[in-house]
Amino acid sequence: MTTVVELEHVTRTFGAVTALDDVSLSVGEGQLVGLLGPNGAGKTTLLSLVSGLRRADSGTVRLFGGDPRDASSRIALGTTPQETGLPPTLTVGEVVDLVAGHYPAPMTRAEVLARFGLEDLSGRQTGGLSGGQKRRLAVALALVGRPRLVLLDEPTTGLDVEARHTLWEALRDYHADGATVLLTSHYLEEIEALAERVVVIGEGRVLADDTLSSVLGLVGLRRVIFAVPNGDGVDLARLPGAASAQQASDGRWTVLASDADRVVRALVEQAVPFEGLEVRGASLEEAFLTLTQKEEVVR
Amino acid sequence: MSIVLAPRPFWSLAVLHARFQFLETVRIPIAVIGNLLFPSLALLFFVIPQRSVADDPGIATAAIAQLGVFAVMSTCLFSFGVGVSEDRAMPFDPFLRTLPAGAGPRLVGRVLNGVLWSYLALVPLVLLGAFLTAATLTPAQALAAIAMVPAVAVPFLLLGLAIGYRLSSKAAIAVVQATLFPLAFAGGLFLPPEAFPGWLDTLSKFLPSRAARDLAVQAVTGYEAYAGALVVILAWTAVFAALAVTAYRRDEGRRFH
Repeated sequence: MTTVVELEHVTRTFGAVTALDDVSLSVGEGQLVGLLGPNGAGKTTLLSLVSGLRRADSGTVRLFGGDPRDASSRIALGTTPQETGLPPTLTVGEVVDLVAGHYPAPMTRAEVLARFGLEDLSGRQTGGLSGGQKRRLAVALALVGRPRLVLLDEPTTGLDVEARHTLWEALRDYHADGATVLLTSHYLEEIEALAERVVVIGEGRVLADDTLSSVLGLVGLRRVIFAVPNGDGVDLARLPGAASAQQASDGRWTVLASDADRVVRALVEQAVPFEGLEVRGASLEEAFLTLTQKEEVVR
Repeated sequence: MSIVLAPRPFWSLAVLHARFQFLETVRIPIAVIGNLLFPSLALLFFVIPQRSVADDPGIATAAIAQLGVFAVMSTCLFSFGVGVSEDRAMPFDPFLRTLPAGAGPRLVGRVLNGVLWSYLALVPLVLLGAFLTAATLTPAQALAAIAMVPAVAVPFLLLGLAIGYRLSSKAAIAVVQATLFPLAFAGGLFLPPEAFPGWLDTLSKFLPSRAARDLAVQAVTGYEAYAGALVVILAWTAVFAALAVTAYRRDEGRRFH
């Protein structure tokens, strides 16, 4: 498999903030990769390095084997503008033509508009579009040049369910034609719907890089929270179904569980004198946090 | 792996950007009208009523030439200074930078657009001058005037770029205005330098606006520019080019998104 994107030991800082910390990542042709991580994790910075907007402080970034800062390396790259940033006085058709004019073999205006259900809006100024229409146009602009690699930064944030599904369908169709897709999201649902491979990024580092199902297992943890006022004596982290256990400053324990039911059953069976039991789903943010902490324990 | 696709030719990309920048400008008519109108209004109110100026072919032609320099200077400072800083604030700008085209074609597109608007800004001036004053041009002088426009435009568009790449759009508007009007006045674009006190005339000769004015007047009337005008304008062009390049380099990668 040929490599489309290659990052080797890439570090990028903004002043005191380390956006990416020694990241290595390689994306092969035809893959559909989801970059998952909380806001501020470094996902957008990573895309900006791949699209040539920024330079890495150290390490190398390769796009189709070349430096992404050379225009010729970006000949088969498609990216989306932020939907708030479309030139308001240009019409939908004109913006499509402007972007298409940069590529050697672009889609026709009619084809790209039809793929995203924008045919009737060709003559409308982009300033007059709804949020959902702007978002569809933004993704359409990523595909108009028939790129072999598409970078999408939070492609459906803020869209309603129906619009989101329409966009996902269009992206799956385009990927099915053989294109490589690298998208970021902080919605697990979006990553689940699209990605085959998931890279979890937190605090500038790659925390996990695996198939969708393995990563779902990693982040699909639940928290079992309770107090044990009268002595402990039980290694809570070793309970069946538990992944880790931590005691907060108020004395309450939080057990992160891949199988919360088994943890509760074990607590009862082992007659652990727990109080104030709570079971709740770990949010993505919490799941990321545990990945981060695990990493630190390993270090 | 090898990429067989070749990028689009430089000039077709430059023309593409010029075309869409022109469309964007023309769709905000107030910006266009302001630019086209101000030099013509100055001609109409301050030159044409003074019949001693308007009826003298040489003086009238020189007056129109100096307002023409002002029109070109203001078009360049506004479209490059304010235009570039506004574009930089737009999230569309980083998107355009990810397309397979370097900074060159976009910059050349901007220059083409700026020069085109400079010519358009001169049209009402030339028409008013032809119909309401005694100003005249021989065919050779007319050609020289056409050639002078890009030559006058280049230093000021470089200054505009230096402002546009360094400042936010609000600061750029203020700086452009604070640069444009003093430069125009002290450069003899509103009042001819013959009306200046001696000290101002001396100071004026070191300004790019005065050098551009004298060279433009020489091209259309044959009045000799002061010695050193060419050196002054070339020196300022070099200074503004250096400022523009450093501002552009500083700008890269400084923005967060």
